[in-house]
Amino acid sequence: MSPKARENLTGYLFISPWLIGFFVFTLWPFLRSFYLSFCNYNIVQPPKFIGLANYQMMLFNDDLFYKSLWVTLRYAILAVPLTLVVGVALALLLNLNVKGIAVFRTIFYLPSIVPTVAMTSIFMWILNPQVGMVNRILTIFGITGPAWLSDPVWTPWTLIFMAVWAAGGSMVIYLAGLKDIPQYLYEAATLDGASAWRKMRVITLPMLSPVIFFNLVMSVIGTFQYFTQAFVISNGSGGPEDSTLFYALYMFKRCWKYMDMGYGSAMAWVLFLIVMVSTGLIFQTQKRWVHYGR
Amino acid sequence: MTRFNKILAYIALVCLSIPPMLPLVWMISTSLKTNEQIYTKGEGAATQGFSFVSLIPHPVAWNNYPDSLETIPFMVYLKNTVFLCLCIVIASVVSSAIVAYGFARINFKGSKMWFGIMLATMALPGQVTMIPNFALFRSLGWYGTYLPLIVPAFCATPFYVFLLSQFFKTLPEEMAESAKVDGANEWIIFLRLIIPLSKPALATCALFAFLGTWNDFLGPLLYLSDSSKYTLAYGLQQFVNNPYVNWMQLMAASTLFTLPIIILFFFAQRTFIQGISTTGGK
Repeated sequence: MSPKARENLTGYLFISPWLIGFFVFTLWPFLRSFYLSFCNYNIVQPPKFIGLANYQMMLFNDDLFYKSLWVTLRYAILAVPLTLVVGVALALLLNLNVKGIAVFRTIFYLPSIVPTVAMTSIFMWILNPQVGMVNRILTIFGITGPAWLSDPVWTPWTLIFMAVWAAGGSMVIYLAGLKDIPQYLYEAATLDGASAWRKMRVITLPMLSPVIFFNLVMSVIGTFQYFTQAFVISNGSGGPEDSTLFYALYMFKRCWKYMDMGYGSAMAWVLFLIVMVSTGLIFQTQKRWVHYGR
Repeated sequence: MTRFNKILAYIALVCLSIPPMLPLVWMISTSLKTNEQIYTKGEGAATQGFSFVSLIPHPVAWNNYPDSLETIPFMVYLKNTVFLCLCIVIASVVSSAIVAYGFARINFKGSKMWFGIMLATMALPGQVTMIPNFALFRSLGWYGTYLPLIVPAFCATPFYVFLLSQFFKTLPEEMAESAKVDGANEWIIFLRLIIPLSKPALATCALFAFLGTWNDFLGPLLYLSDSSKYTLAYGLQQFVNNPYVNWMQLMAASTLFTLPIIILFFFAQRTFIQGISTTGGK
């Protein structure tokens, strides 16, 4: 065997664990679920081809499909920008060079490592309408707090609060980004007499934009797969009045409650297309606001 | 910064620290209270105002902790969770390191293409492969066992492969070259040279794998059927959604479920932060 062929063989041997996993647990299921999306399939019996019926049903005959899309989209529109702004603001604040700042960084970071199920149960408790912490605080200001978990108007907000509470997780990434901004840019700006506000607008934010962009893409992808919090808060039902019926939760119900795996596969592929299109669109805007290089 | 600005900054920092800490303090406070301390005046009564004094349980009801261990079979779930974490951490870190070495240090044909494909799969929503994978594991008779959760971990995790390969690339080439001259093959270089130098990066991956498994809800929900096999995350959810839930006990259990993660964070703070910072990687 020639040395080059030998090297190729060694390389493939080293990556073989991933390669096998890729074919068995990713590529094959990926193609298979595309086929299943055109089938009637309940896992027990073999799939039966039914053409476009699943997609037709989804687009023209399923109000819950649109409802779940709306629930997910509404959350994305509110929670994604909110957590982004809070994350950046916290990073700017915690980039201050004062004694003991590490303690504050830890405090803001801690919520994001609380396990999701524990976090959701804590929020269900502090938002208890009678004895919960939040409504008690509101009482001080003479406000009667709403029934956060049983009023469909307020349940989405419960989930948004939770996301903002854990926004410290992305703060660490922004902090690392801030540390990478060369100091001489600020020194030059100071010499030119730039105000703090102007430095932030023309140096900090543009230099941070690649990190913001990365986080934006990841959280949009994450939102369409948002599941655990919605499941726990509604006991898997997506209620009250389907106000927490996120797309991934509805798909789960279709598959594992009604054993409608063909329909679920069609939903999975629509999800895939939505994620592709929306990340594609975000990438399109990249040129206008993301600055690479120095 | 002037002295005045500094004081202003501290005041802002302290005030802003209240919202992130308060829910956790409330959790611990509830976990140490008696029924009467929480439902004063009985349920349905007008909501009482909030005060910091009311956070301090008096008397302290320690019994919520042993009681919660009884109500949810906490120790059984803990044992299952730790077992799963160990298996998945070892499987995914070892396999990811091997794959990462292949991508980072061996110049084989198609290496760039496969690496690109691997990165692309990270953006693929898990829902797309969920149903066929479930059908596959079910037909193998693995439903109700830990195998569907553990076996895929042996096939490397793209994110860890990415992190480790970035790290392996920074290690100097010369030592590996001279080892090759001495007759060492790639496997020996990987084991004897690269692995000992890569402990921080490996620790980061192990940490992520541990957190991911500790936190995982969907996996156990899909594949576990017998309550004696439940993990903490799944078991806790069953407890939360019990209509007769005892909140004092639930908060005690939530505290016990969260505490190991917080302790781990304090011991491995550096590993945490480094790992997460590279996530936003350039």
